[in-house]
Amino acid sequence: MNPTHPPTSAEQPVLPDIDRGEGALDLPRVLDFEADPASLPKPNRRKVVMLFLFLGVGLIAASLFSAALGQMQIPLVEVIGSLCRKVGLECGAAPTHALADAALWEVRFPRVALAILVGAALSTAGAIMQGVFGNPLADPGVIGVSSGAAVGASLMIITGFAASSTFAIPVGAFVTGVATSFLVYSISRNRGRTQVITLILTGIAVNAFCGAALALMTFAATTNQREQIVFWQLGSLAGALWDSVATVVPLLVIGLVFAFLIAGKLDLLSLGDDAARHLGLNIERLRIGSIFVVAVLTAAAVAFAGVIGFVGLVVPHLIRMTIGPGHRVLVPASALGGALLLVLADTFARTAVAYAELPLGMITALIGGPFFFFLIKSSQNKGGGWS
Amino acid sequence: MSLLRRFFRPRTPFAPALYTVGDVVLEAEGVAVTLGGTRIIEQVDFSVRAGEIVSIIGPNGAGKSTLLGALAGDHPYEGSIRLGGREVGQWRNRELALRRAVLRQSNAISFPFNVLDVVKMGRAPWRSITPVEVDDRIIAEELLRSDTFRFAERTFTSLSGGERARVSLARAMTQRVGLLLLDEPTAALDINYQEQVLAIARRYARQGNAVVIVLHDLAAAAAYSDRVIMIAEGGMRAHGDPIEVMTSELLSDVYRHPVRVAHEADGSLIISPVRFADEGAPLPTGLGADLQTRKSER
Repeated sequence: MNPTHPPTSAEQPVLPDIDRGEGALDLPRVLDFEADPASLPKPNRRKVVMLFLFLGVGLIAASLFSAALGQMQIPLVEVIGSLCRKVGLECGAAPTHALADAALWEVRFPRVALAILVGAALSTAGAIMQGVFGNPLADPGVIGVSSGAAVGASLMIITGFAASSTFAIPVGAFVTGVATSFLVYSISRNRGRTQVITLILTGIAVNAFCGAALALMTFAATTNQREQIVFWQLGSLAGALWDSVATVVPLLVIGLVFAFLIAGKLDLLSLGDDAARHLGLNIERLRIGSIFVVAVLTAAAVAFAGVIGFVGLVVPHLIRMTIGPGHRVLVPASALGGALLLVLADTFARTAVAYAELPLGMITALIGGPFFFFLIKSSQNKGGGWS
Repeated sequence: MSLLRRFFRPRTPFAPALYTVGDVVLEAEGVAVTLGGTRIIEQVDFSVRAGEIVSIIGPNGAGKSTLLGALAGDHPYEGSIRLGGREVGQWRNRELALRRAVLRQSNAISFPFNVLDVVKMGRAPWRSITPVEVDDRIIAEELLRSDTFRFAERTFTSLSGGERARVSLARAMTQRVGLLLLDEPTAALDINYQEQVLAIARRYARQGNAVVIVLHDLAAAAAYSDRVIMIAEGGMRAHGDPIEVMTSELLSDVYRHPVRVAHEADGSLIISPVRFADEGAPLPTGLGADLQTRKSER
């Protein structure tokens, strides 16, 4: 016996001699191969391209149809013609109605633009939040960030700041949105993991508290302010102006750019905090950055459109079911999908009932709720598609 | 935009130089770890050289995983842990990820990534340092070596415990760094894969890397490691050649259970606990009669 432990051959670990008269055992071999990287399964690029094509074309078509439909029906060729003339091209058809151009540029286009921006913001925020919490139930609405932002917005309405400055509501919504995000984050995280149950309970508590605060402010407000608060909470894109679009755009652009930049890192986070750190990720910076992005996107979306639920929950989930959980694709696809969904929902909201406008938040919840039940039910044997 | 870029993509770190066999990779001196106000381990001193495989053994709750966590840079510690000549706590995360890979016991994942995606994540620290072709070759090699290539497109969440453990090992191996820290890599594996994993780890060490493994299987630790570190009750109880450390007296004392150690002709150890005898308590009627007859038939 060699006390210095003889280095056995690395290629062939020597099996202890346990020959008990039945013949010696074969020596085992270490699995090792000259690997051919070409034999790696290729990610399904075609599926991704098809999805983006579908969402992109769908969004353009939906936007044009949305602009064409309404109390004043404007033929599609005239909508295209109006857009072309704006950029100095000659195509499409000239307007047949004297007010068609004004209706398009002052009412419908800003509204479609706001729908696209708000939809993209809400579902991007949902996708990022789910990635950061490593939990598919995280959504700005479910965990209370939207209602937190609503409190700030209402506060601005009843204090009269909203009347004096168009930036008051976005600023108010932004500040309380960020505060709520960090509150929920600090409460529901425990030892580097977010418990589903703590997350939902925190959301319930935050929603209840914000609901009470909103009720109090509704109670204390003047009739005019009260109407503003109530309609704001129902969620609507009615009265969208280029001014509101211009206010939302910079926040959204910042939020979306940051969201796309951090998307790739969220994949590592799904391994859990320790493993992500072992792979070189600066988790705290990523997480705080992400929550800030979510707060910016949600607050910007909520500021003018009010509370619109379920977009951030349903859209990333659908995308994940189609092309898998990789965030580099999931985040931009969710942005497109959210925009498409909200343009469709808003078109339905203002055309379903003649001479009346349904609240948009009601529509998304009305469609989103049962649809979400269906999703959960249909993927229940896979733990809701996540386990 | 350049500011943005700097915030999100900090400067590409230098890839560390490869070790040659015999270089000191990891040096622990007077290491103590306190978690949540409780002193978990103290007075740990050892070093690991390139080419070596070192096992950490000891009873449950002795602090083996905590020690490994401290070596990985997960826990604040007192004393000194030097990796590549610098305190572990002073490296930036990305630089650390280019110098040590860690496999922890838990390998849960939040979203249904497939096996290939998970193994690919092991190359994340090398992004913009190594070309994609190199990454792909390494990923393919590790998938084959861990015998997970066959189900590379299945989702991680649909795998069994043993399959998950192998995929996680492949991810850690894919990092291709000079120090490999493995926390019970064989716990969920059958005999075949247990031996494969340890043989792979040893071969990786022989290629000029350092490997530290927490193991419960004493015989495997004796067979595959160059040195063992015995942790008991928060301190380092013994440290040295497996054959010298793993004596019947020490093991029986540390595990508070009689353990027999026998030496095979080829120098390997056979380590087995003394099994409890059947105390012959009266068995419930019916079941008892049945068992008694079966026992007497044997």
